[in-house]
Amino acid sequence: MYEVIAFYLFAALTIAMFTIVVMSKNALYAMSALAGGMIFISGFFFLLDAEFLGVVQIVVYSGAIMALYAFGMMFFDTTRDVSEKMRSKKIAYTLFVLSAALMVVILAAPLASSSVQANFPTVEHVGNVQMIGLVLFTKYLIPFELAAIMLLVAMIAGIVLASKKMDEHLNIEDEEIGNVKESR
Amino acid sequence: MIGLTHYLVLTGILFSIGLVGVMRRTNLLMLFFSTEILLNAVNIGFVAVSKFYGDLSGQMFAFFIIAVAASEVAVGLGLLILWYKRNGSVDLNSLQMMKG
Repeated sequence: MYEVIAFYLFAALTIAMFTIVVMSKNALYAMSALAGGMIFISGFFFLLDAEFLGVVQIVVYSGAIMALYAFGMMFFDTTRDVSEKMRSKKIAYTLFVLSAALMVVILAAPLASSSVQANFPTVEHVGNVQMIGLVLFTKYLIPFELAAIMLLVAMIAGIVLASKKMDEHLNIEDEEIGNVKESR
Repeated sequence: MIGLTHYLVLTGILFSIGLVGVMRRTNLLMLFFSTEILLNAVNIGFVAVSKFYGDLSGQMFAFFIIAVAASEVAVGLGLLILWYKRNGSVDLNSLQMMKG
């Protein structure tokens, strides 16, 4: 019973949060709602006995990624409302029809997969974190190392992209401000 | 009781919310938010399948998806900041250079 109540509560809250993200005109509201939705999704992970992923979801998504977004938003003008005009109705309708078809395919997919077998079956009386450690460092060792290299590349790319010419740009702005003041 | 179907339907609903976001947003930052919604919806589906089939592969895939999302945000925000410095706008229409 507890599981049912928790599932429906988290489902309603997550859908509400993500609808706010999609529909809100204010970037800050959208970001806060996204952070809330991420935490509710970690609730699903705890319900599904995936404690490790639940903790990773909170730490990485609500901690690192949302902090990164918040940091990036300091560069943009977020107090202004996001103006969005639909350019062509035809493209929108085509995409809506395509997404409806995709939804049907997603919901019908379990019908075709009645013969799914477990590749790495879970063992009784072994904790989730322990099992993930065992599988991650035996069967998924190469993807794990590749993910580490990918994160390193992404980190270097982020540093190089965001910090290049940062001081130069500030100097230009200062000069512009100085010019305006001089012309006054 | 809550079965696999409940979780898959929830995944489908969240995924379509993300798709609607990708379609109606023209602000690039908002598009990134919608992409995060898509990735999270798929994560729930993977973990649910992993639980109800007694298989850990789903959780592994969710784990790697989180890693991919983290690096996507780092590179994407870097590019976005560069574009904002050059153009003063993160609107998708400002990317239209070929007037197609």
